[in-house]
Order: sequence, then C-alpha cells, then structure tokens
Amino acid sequence: MRGGEALLKSLENQGVDVVFGYPGGQLLPLYDMIYDSDLKHILVRHEQCAAHAADGYARASGKVGVCIATSGPGATNLVTGIATAYMDSSPIVAIAGQVPTGLIGNDAFQEVDTIGMTMPITKHNFQPITSKEIPEMVKSAFYIAGTGRPGPVVLDLPKDVQEQELDFENDVKITLPGYKPTRKGHPLQIKRAASLIGSAKKPVILAGGGVIISNSSEELLKLSELVGAPVTTSLLGKGSFPEDHDLSLGMLGMHGRLPANFAVDKCDCLIAVGCRFSDRTTGKISEFAKNAKIVHIDIDPAEIGKNVDVDIPIVGDAKIILSNLIRAISQNKMSSKSMEWVNRVKNFKQTCIPKMSFDNMPLKPQQVIKEISEAVDDDTIMTTDVGQNQMWMAHYFTSRKPKTFLSSGGLGTMGFGFPAAIGAKVAMPESDVVAVCGDGGFLMVSQELATVKEYDIPVVICVLDNRYLGMVAQWQNLFYEKRLSHTHLGESPDFVKLAEAFGVAANRVERPGELREVLSSAINSGEPTLIDITIDPDEILPMVPPGCGLTEIVGEYKTESNNSEDVPYRETAKERAGD
Amino acid sequence: MDDQRTHIISALVLHKPGVLQRVAGLFTRRGFNIESITVGTSEQEDIARMTIIAKGDGKVLEQITKQLNKIIDVIKVRDLEPENTVKRELCLIKVHSPTEKVRAEVVQYVNIFRGRVIDVSPETLTIEMTGASDKIDALIDLVKGFGIKEIARTGPTAMSRGIKTI
Repeated sequence: MRGGEALLKSLENQGVDVVFGYPGGQLLPLYDMIYDSDLKHILVRHEQCAAHAADGYARASGKVGVCIATSGPGATNLVTGIATAYMDSSPIVAIAGQVPTGLIGNDAFQEVDTIGMTMPITKHNFQPITSKEIPEMVKSAFYIAGTGRPGPVVLDLPKDVQEQELDFENDVKITLPGYKPTRKGHPLQIKRAASLIGSAKKPVILAGGGVIISNSSEELLKLSELVGAPVTTSLLGKGSFPEDHDLSLGMLGMHGRLPANFAVDKCDCLIAVGCRFSDRTTGKISEFAKNAKIVHIDIDPAEIGKNVDVDIPIVGDAKIILSNLIRAISQNKMSSKSMEWVNRVKNFKQTCIPKMSFDNMPLKPQQVIKEISEAVDDDTIMTTDVGQNQMWMAHYFTSRKPKTFLSSGGLGTMGFGFPAAIGAKVAMPESDVVAVCGDGGFLMVSQELATVKEYDIPVVICVLDNRYLGMVAQWQNLFYEKRLSHTHLGESPDFVKLAEAFGVAANRVERPGELREVLSSAINSGEPTLIDITIDPDEILPMVPPGCGLTEIVGEYKTESNNSEDVPYRETAKERAGD
Repeated sequence: MDDQRTHIISALVLHKPGVLQRVAGLFTRRGFNIESITVGTSEQEDIARMTIIAKGDGKVLEQITKQLNKIIDVIKVRDLEPENTVKRELCLIKVHSPTEKVRAEVVQYVNIFRGRVIDVSPETLTIEMTGASDKIDALIDLVKGFGIKEIARTGPTAMSRGIKTI
C-alpha cells in the first residue's frame, strides 16, 4: 500500500464519509488514489470554503470535519478556515499537500512552511517524512481534534510520501504522553460549587459553546430549573438553552439582550459553563459581574483565570460536572431557589421584549428575522456570516436546540456563513439549512454557488442586502463622526442575476410579509436558493461600546411595550432594571 | 500575586523537530517575557528537558505553565522553587591578552572563580566558567578591562534539589 492509500484507509477507519477539497500539483498522487476510492469528495471552489465547510460539518454533527488542499497557496487559503475553527474549538482535520521531502526548504514551486504557519492556529500538526508514519498520525490527528477542547489539526503531506510503499496495519497504537484531557471535575470543587450555588439568592448561568460541544443542554436545563437560575449564553452558546424558555435571557455581551446584560450585572453568583469570557461577552472586565461569586466550568485549564478571576474553577467535561453538580445540590436539598429573583427577571424581560414587526420599506432587519423565524422550524440549522447580520440573528432569532446556530464567533470570519451551511447540510441532510449572510460577506464566497449547484446541496442563502459593510459603518456612525470610510459597497452586483449565472434559483424580497412565503417555498423546493433581501442600511443595533461595562448601552432599543422609537435605550433600561 | 519575579520553568518535551518552535512561538504569541531557554537531552530517550527563565507575576506564570501544558509535545511543566533549585550556566569568554602580565592576571581571576582556561593563543585566552549566572556576571565584570573579544552563554539549566524530580 502507498502512503496516500494509507491515508484514505485511515480516514475510512475514522469513519470519515465525506471530505471537502480542492486538488493541486503536490496532491496529484493522493487525488489519483481518491479516483479509485469510495470516499465522497466535494469539490469546493476555493480552499478557504473547504475549511469552513469542514467546520460547519463538525459544528452541525459533532463529528470531525475533513478538508484537503494542495501545498503553498492551497494551504495558505486554508489558513483562515483553520483559524476560525481554532478560535471556536471546532474539530477539523485539514490535510495539505507539500513539496517532496527532498525539496522542503528549497523554496520549491508552491512551497510554504505549512507546519510553521499553522502552529499558532492548530491544536497540533503533523508532517510525515515517511509513509509508515501516516496511520499513527491520522489516528492521533482525529483523537486530538475530537477530544478535550476540540480544535483543528493539520496533516502536511509531502508528495513523495504519498507514493511511498508501506505495510499498513489497521489497529495502530497511538502514544501521546503530553495529551491527557481532564474529564471528571474535582469532587471537592464540585462540592464547593454546589454549596455556593445552593445558597445564592440571585444566580445566573452563562452557557458557552462548551455546553453544545459536550452535549450537556439537558443538564443545563435541569440545573437552571433546579436552582432558579436564568440562563444567558455567549454567541457560541446560542442554542444550548431553549430561548423561548421562561428562564432564558438571550445572548450576553456587546450586542446582548437587555435582560441578559442586566441580570449578569445584578447576580450574586455566576455559573459560567464552557465559555472563555471573550471581551465581546464581558465588556469591561472590572465591571463584569462585579457583585457575583463566579464558578467557572471548562475543559481547558488555561481558560481558568485567563480573562476573568474566578472563585471556584472546575476543570473537566461540562456534561459530567453538571450532572454531579445537580446531584450534589438536590441530594443535600441545598437549593434556596428564590422565586423573587426569578420573577424579577421575568418581569424585566416582559418590559423589554424587542419590537420585531415593522412595515417600513426598505425592510427593517427585525422584520426580516421575524419572517425568517416564522418560516423555519426548531431543527433548521441556521448559519450566519459576520457583522450586523450575525448580531441581528444572535439578538433577535430564537434558537431552541443545540447545534442549530452556527456562527464564527472568535475569529469573526466574513464569508463563513455560506460554506459552513454547505458543510452542515452535507452532515445533516435531513435538516433544513439556512445561511443568513450580509451582502459583503456573501460576495467573499459567492463562487460556492457552483458547488451547491453541481452537488445539488439544497441550502437557502438569505442575503441581507444593505449595500454596506454594516457593522463597520455602524461603528463609524457611532464613534467616528459618521465618516463612512470605504464601507459603502455600491450597486454591484445584482445578487439574483449572480445566482442565476450559476444556475441557482434566486428571488428578491423588498416588502414586509413577502419573505416568509418565499423562504418557506425555497426550503420546500429542495433546491439551493438565494434570496436577496433589500434592507434598511440605517438600522443600528444597540450596543455596549468597547471598554464599557455591560449596562452602558448606546443606541435606540425598540420594544413591544414602548413604541416610541427615540427613547434613549440607556436611561429607560436602567430605570426598568430598578436601579 | 502581583510581584514580578523571575521564574525557572522546567519542562519535559518530546525530542522532536519543531518542539522548540512550538514553545518559543507560544511565548511570542502570548506576550510572555522570556529571558533564556535551554534545551538538551534528558535521562529518558526521546525526551528533552527545557529550562525556561521567564519574568512575570503569579497570574502570568500560571498562564505560561497552562499554555505550555496545552502543547501536545510538552509532557510535563514545573515552576521550580528558587530556594530548592540548583541552577547552573556555562559561559565561554575570549579575553584579549597580548602580554605575559595580562595572561597571568586573567588566570588568577579565573582560578578564584573556579573557572578554567581552555584555549590560549598569542593574543587571547578563552575561559570556561560554569556557575550561577551572577557569578558569571562578576567574572565578566572583572576581565572586561582587558578587552573581551567574545562571550557565549548558554543560559541557565536547572533541577530541583534532593530526591524530587519532575
């Protein structure tokens, strides 16, 4: 067997059913072997999208996603996708071609130091110098990517190694003496946390992406109901807790929901699960949850105390720790569940339900999100791009199930939404998949319309089209004296015609009430479809300016109970919170 | 926890290509201040020992050790307590010594510091000195006046006193 075949056999042994890839010179041997194999290969139209698709596949399914690109420019194009997966702890294995071992270091054609380049953005990376190393490396790569705090692993595969003969063994052993992720939480820490949480009068839970990765949504719900702790989430935690639940506060942070930001400010005990306290989530650190004792549950010990000082850290798998915590609290009947706190939060929530219905033209994003919500079901996988579209979705869209809201949080990669949707649909063919993108981000990856057409991958792309790089423009409007430097995108392209050029069905929506119908029939058509939605470029989402505490919100907040559109958000919010 | 102090971090790492880059890159990336780093073989085959001298408060040090531990090729990391640690550095100093008189003087200093002269030429003496870093600094200060042609220092390597190992 040759090295490339050993790679394919090893992938098969790992249960890989599909890869997203793009061939090239240094991968010719491997692709020649793929020609004869049963491996499903999806040819993307840009390597970056292979990585994003593998990432979307991983986030939607919980399995390791795989992408392949050639050496040099192929590998550099993967980099953004790998870094995106790294920041959001998404398990992918990225396979890159490399020049033959004899040429490494000679600045050969299409040579780049993939190992050096990807060191800071991977959990680990491997470069086999002989083919007999391949089986162990592949097995290690999948083990590392998929366990502990998941993340990307790169395999850098020189051309000659792909062709070199080896004796293949199926049950290869891996030795990783430096890799032993902690799964069980320390019992004493769990006990301490249980008594702190049990005696809290105003507890709040902050759920991050780790809850989704560890499949502990059920435990999260149980704990929340047991102790009467309202739940807010980070962006990546969206979907870990049903957002239509009484105890749901919605997303926290710079673009967080009002009740979430205020509850965290007021709480006396914050239980943070599987989150890393990013600056976008916490706002000014010294103001963050300043009245609270903090319990931090995370599988990565390096996240403990990195951004926020915590009182009780528990390192391990969220699912195991949460179940032990629930057991400890209920056995000792420790919970002094305070209905007063729960009711106060509920009442506050009632006073600031965001206003979603607008009959304006061009369409208000709130109206757009409302109609999207009405057209999709609980199992629909929503992906977002990055910018206003993402924050509108995060703020206004109601997620009810884990792994149904996929978004590039940490790296904030424009162009993520569409290819991630492709990966999600390939992973979960039974689920509907809708990508909500801005016009800027979508244009960065629009060539993938060819991919969805060729492979008939029926994702629906909603392009929220305001002809602006909306989030940057929003900051320019708020903090740079409305000097809109290079954020207007102009009138090109016509997205409907663009889609049609690829043979992809397309619609334009301009009026309130149209989108629901158009989106429903697009989903039901079973064909890839683009919907170009003309929206109001002037709508600004209330936000916490960088460097401010979570309650120092600027911008107007339109609520159901108060229809006056020019009520300053900040004053009324503080009033309502009972300050 | 706020005191800035110099830490001696001892790490066992897999003896593999790229491992030094992984460690050094981490320090740059995370903005940790590193004074020196030494790598060499250890008592176990395929495992190298790294000694890293880094500055920072307790919080920074905690992050350094945790982030080092996350590197797959790093097996063990320990912050050595300075008072229970033996720490030695090797230094080679090439001193300008054109006359008999200068050479005699230099040799005298070297003897006091328990160093050795390991190379002689008509114009120079090369001294080998092993010891604590401040002792080496002191010797360098003394022979500076004669004119130093070259200095090569390894940076300290260290281990715990007594039966303790990492």
